[in-house]
Amino acid sequence: MFPKPIEKQSRAAQISYQAMLPLALLLWLGPLLAVALFSVKPAADFTNANYWGLPSSFEGAFNYGQVFFNSDMPRYLLNSFLITIPTVIGAVALSCMTGFALGIYKFKSNLWIFFMFVAGNFVPFQILMVPVRDLTLQLGLYNTKTGLVLFHIAFQTGFCTLFMRNFIRALPFELIEAARVEGISEWRIFWYVVLPLMKPAIAALSVLIFTFIWNDYFWAVVLTQGAESQPVTAGITSFNAQFRAAYQLMSAGSIVAALPPVAMFFLMQKHFIAGLTLGAVK
Amino acid sequence: MSAVDTPEQESWFHRNQQRIAPWLFLAPGLLFFMVYVIIPVFQSFNLSLYEWDGLGSAEYVGFRNYEDLYWEWVDRDAFFVSLKNNLIWLILYLAAIPAGLFIALFLNQTVWGIRLYKSLFFFPFVISQVVVGLVFTWFYDPTFGLLNEFLGVFGIEPLNVLGDERFVTYGIIFAGLWPQTAYCMILYLTGLNAVDPEQIEAGRLDGAKGARMLWHIILPQLRPATFIAFVVTIIGALRSFDLISIMTQGGPFGSSRVLAYYMFEVALSEYGFRMGYGAAIAVILFLIMLCFIAYFLWSMYREERGH
Repeated sequence: MFPKPIEKQSRAAQISYQAMLPLALLLWLGPLLAVALFSVKPAADFTNANYWGLPSSFEGAFNYGQVFFNSDMPRYLLNSFLITIPTVIGAVALSCMTGFALGIYKFKSNLWIFFMFVAGNFVPFQILMVPVRDLTLQLGLYNTKTGLVLFHIAFQTGFCTLFMRNFIRALPFELIEAARVEGISEWRIFWYVVLPLMKPAIAALSVLIFTFIWNDYFWAVVLTQGAESQPVTAGITSFNAQFRAAYQLMSAGSIVAALPPVAMFFLMQKHFIAGLTLGAVK
Repeated sequence: MSAVDTPEQESWFHRNQQRIAPWLFLAPGLLFFMVYVIIPVFQSFNLSLYEWDGLGSAEYVGFRNYEDLYWEWVDRDAFFVSLKNNLIWLILYLAAIPAGLFIALFLNQTVWGIRLYKSLFFFPFVISQVVVGLVFTWFYDPTFGLLNEFLGVFGIEPLNVLGDERFVTYGIIFAGLWPQTAYCMILYLTGLNAVDPEQIEAGRLDGAKGARMLWHIILPQLRPATFIAFVVTIIGALRSFDLISIMTQGGPFGSSRVLAYYMFEVALSEYGFRMGYGAAIAVILFLIMLCFIAYFLWSMYREERGH
């Protein structure tokens, strides 16, 4: 293990390490903790310039209540879920198939198609912006959740295919050969042999895509406009305009908007990190 | 496949199953990807030769959009500022890699509770950039921001980071480095976990330790993690849009624009709907990105060949 395990060092080193950990964490999350502190303060603290002292009264329940019952925030949150969940299902489903095709079969254009998915996944959003917006307008899907979902599924298929294909490549190929010898059709091989083995990859991709799509801002701004279809990342700017200078409410709103992916991360930590670090180890 | 009814068709299908199957599996994903990603890239290239407000008919203008961009460059105008800021982003954003390695080395211990510490250090990456932008806007706030509270302790006058043309881009990059460093950290933590203990022991016997050990024995084994960290950091730097949009909207006086934001501004904001001009900016950004994409694909290609 590198660096040298702290247990093997002097007592003083151990104690100072243990003391440094919480300090470093406090420093690292400082800006975020500040927002958390803001979100439980009463409005009066801001008018009295009591920014950093203890809250003069604990108004967490009131502030978060305002966010949930007195603003469009629940609407935005619901939109975010209605955009994120279908995208996760769609992109994962499509990429299970593309990953299977590119991971199992040998044909001439295999590597080129694979590279096309990878390259497409890296292009700057701006080069897609005008044509995609135009296409969405023509389909009559501008300012709808469906329009946003369709684009997200298509774009995420690039990354998901990269992920799935590499995962399937690492499966034992003998399994498929054995199934073919048995005369099982290709579709059944996919459904009954390969798909059950892909569960960890599906779990990892689902949490990753959930986070990516939940946190998307650019496409939300380009393809949607009002509270009826905007996800929370885009909605929060309108929210902040509504509660301008009410820092306690803007802070509470930000925390609410950030929470679902955070919860997802803590619940599915193992899968999340396995997904993010795929390829980081040989 | 059960849709195939007649016996003749079925036998033909069965004979050619292994040739047809991959294309059937590819079809839906490929169709989506073509329509929404690959074709739009070419459409943007085409559009950059037109003048179009998004509604009326488009007028062919040849390379005039690019000519205009060239003059903006010569006059040190918005395009020049955006390109310059993109370069600053690219260079400074790479700091996330050593910073992530540093934190990973700091946290790569097995003391009690370390798993929770690792998760909490990773936290900023999970939060949306919109929230990161808001958090840092308040962090830099000249009247109550934590930064100025901190500077005040040393008797330094309050800085208006986001309102000052000299600091604004660096301020936004610093905010962006926060989640990006967390990402690099997790890559390195995973990499460090897989470092071969025997090589470390061998190194220790040879008297290597500290920085020498890191450089000669650990880093070579972390190469795959470094490669991914490099890829995601470059992509992240060139995609920077959310933070700029939330924190400054390109200001003050357009001094924090980057190509990604400038393009959006030209094509879709109150400055008018100049789709063709925006497409030309997007093409430039795409060509910059293409250099890196080509390098990534080349690396992957060599890897595939190696197998």
